[in-house]
Amino acid sequence: MRPIDVVEGKVSVLDRADVDTDQIIPKQFLKRVERTGFGEFLFYDWIRDGEIELEPNPILVAGRNFGCGSSREHAPWALEDFGFQAIIAPSFADIFYANCTKIGLLPAILDEEHCRAVAEAGEARIDVDDETVTCAAGVFEFAVESDVKYRLLNGLDDIGITLENGAAIDTFEQGGGADRGPVTTAI
Amino acid sequence: MPNNMFEKIWGAHEVSDGLIYIDLHLIHEVTSPQAFDGLRLAGRGVRRTDKTLATADHNTPTDGTMAARLIADELSRIQVETLERNCEEFGIPIYSLGSDRQGIVHVIGPELGVTQPGMTIVCGDSHTSTHGAFGALAFGIGTSEVEHVMATQCLVQKRPKTMRITYGGELGAGVTPKDLILATIGRLGTGGMTGHAVEYAGPAIESLEMHGRMTICNMTIEGGGRAGMIAPDETTFEWVRGRPGAPQDFDAAVARWRELPTDEGASFDQEIEVDASAISPMVTWGTNPGMVVEVTDTVPDPAALESPADRETAERALTYMDLKPGTPMTEVAPDRVFIGSCTNSRIEDLREAAEVVDGRQVASSIRAMVVPGSQQVKAAAEAEGLHDVFRGAGFEWREAGCSMCLGMNPDTLAEGERCASTSNRNFEGRQGKGGRTHLVSPKMAAAAAIEGRFVDIRDWS
Ligand code: SF4
Repeated sequence: MRPIDVVEGKVSVLDRADVDTDQIIPKQFLKRVERTGFGEFLFYDWIRDGEIELEPNPILVAGRNFGCGSSREHAPWALEDFGFQAIIAPSFADIFYANCTKIGLLPAILDEEHCRAVAEAGEARIDVDDETVTCAAGVFEFAVESDVKYRLLNGLDDIGITLENGAAIDTFEQGGGADRGPVTTAI
Repeated sequence: MPNNMFEKIWGAHEVSDGLIYIDLHLIHEVTSPQAFDGLRLAGRGVRRTDKTLATADHNTPTDGTMAARLIADELSRIQVETLERNCEEFGIPIYSLGSDRQGIVHVIGPELGVTQPGMTIVCGDSHTSTHGAFGALAFGIGTSEVEHVMATQCLVQKRPKTMRITYGGELGAGVTPKDLILATIGRLGTGGMTGHAVEYAGPAIESLEMHGRMTICNMTIEGGGRAGMIAPDETTFEWVRGRPGAPQDFDAAVARWRELPTDEGASFDQEIEVDASAISPMVTWGTNPGMVVEVTDTVPDPAALESPADRETAERALTYMDLKPGTPMTEVAPDRVFIGSCTNSRIEDLREAAEVVDGRQVASSIRAMVVPGSQQVKAAAEAEGLHDVFRGAGFEWREAGCSMCLGMNPDTLAEGERCASTSNRNFEGRQGKGGRTHLVSPKMAAAAAIEGRFVDIRDWS
């Protein structure tokens, strides 16, 4: 994953609450076994039916509880492949938020009022290190967990970081920590 | 210091701060191919194949196709075949299409006894919360996390907050665990549990059998919760006993499991109380599971909502669902009935539905189908003759899989069709583009199939 420190540019707006992952990337497109190429199917039904229009700008401003529903990482893949580098919303569904941070798509939480201000400004600059969103209406702060920020800023994948800590896993397993649960290869 | 059940399980699995050891990783065909690819690219293997188990469920056909290579839909076939090839390459046990252990991943885990109290269980599917019914910490993960668990058997995880929902009283006759969880989501909203591991407790939960507990934990995600859990007790232990994956030294395991329930005096970040005896059979009217009313109610009027955003969302939902405010729910007439999904496709669910349809006929306006949750559920149901009851009444009787819960296989709603469904999501297009889904319990779905419209199961006979 590539490092991100600043996302800057025009803003696309999707002013709807509770947008679920079934809308972001409908299930008929989940059958691909590749990781790329999902962008052209983003919001497939809504866009095809002319319900919404979206420009592939760097920033998307969305409504509350964005990304609820299934755990499909295809949703952030599609948003990223479409061209978005950051999503600003009043709240995100848990799994979706985590999935975004794993692939370097920046989720930033601002309250409703500030989201609206950014949407109206039409352009913004998000600084990950400073945890700020700057637009014509002002400078708004958002919070990001320190370890997530570290990964985003350095473009590190979780697996590499965890494996650096491999000795701790060995110790945990040898100390009996891995003895719970069944042996799936023996049933 | 007294601890709650979540804290005990979390604490026992913390390898280091924010790194959790995973006891069981369940895999299916849709969210795994890119993870296997990632491993190959990085030259990594699967750390603990003995803690990993795969099945094919999301887009397997339910028409009797019994091998991956025979699947008619090309992309589905590629996905299932890719899963089989990946499992072989990495040494992961798999029950694919054609195996008598194949089925929906959240049905086969408990059924095989690999879901046990005190474990951490993950799967690249949000309804992994189902397994929490056994007193496990179980939750859905994304594909990057699937790859992470494969490579390290651990997961980087932010510690969720905890919530306890205590249900006083008992559910009334005809009211099911599905109604209990729909009513709860209706009250808390689809984001009401966000960021929390939720423990369901109280007398109304303790008296439930395992299938009902699974239905409740299953739909935790529809309330936005990270994980749902229920304290293990004798009902749990008896359920696990004797299954293929059950511990060798069962008594020792039970002794450990008895330590899991929340200690007296332990605290939660949030506590909620619900009177179970006041819950009625529920039917969703909108396009998320929180848009739900009692079957005796009418379709709500968006004009009564305070916030403009909520009003607009409700209006959109009603337009999509083609419903008018004020219409009694019992006048709403489905075209299709689907009994299945990881929420309600276990043998007990099928028995409840069969009891309702026994000796009756599906209304001529309705096409109804039953899709058992697993091959084992199907075999058990056939041994009891349930397939004859359903077929005799005019239901289709299918092979195991997710089927019309998400319509990735050929089982889908046509544009504009209305469906009474025992599944868990009524999002726009979930069961097919333009399809209109009403979530209900198996009994309510069965009765709707017979009557041709929704009925209050409590006074229907
Ligand atoms: S039955 Fe439905 S909700 Fe359950 S795992 Fe399958 S697709 Fe997901």
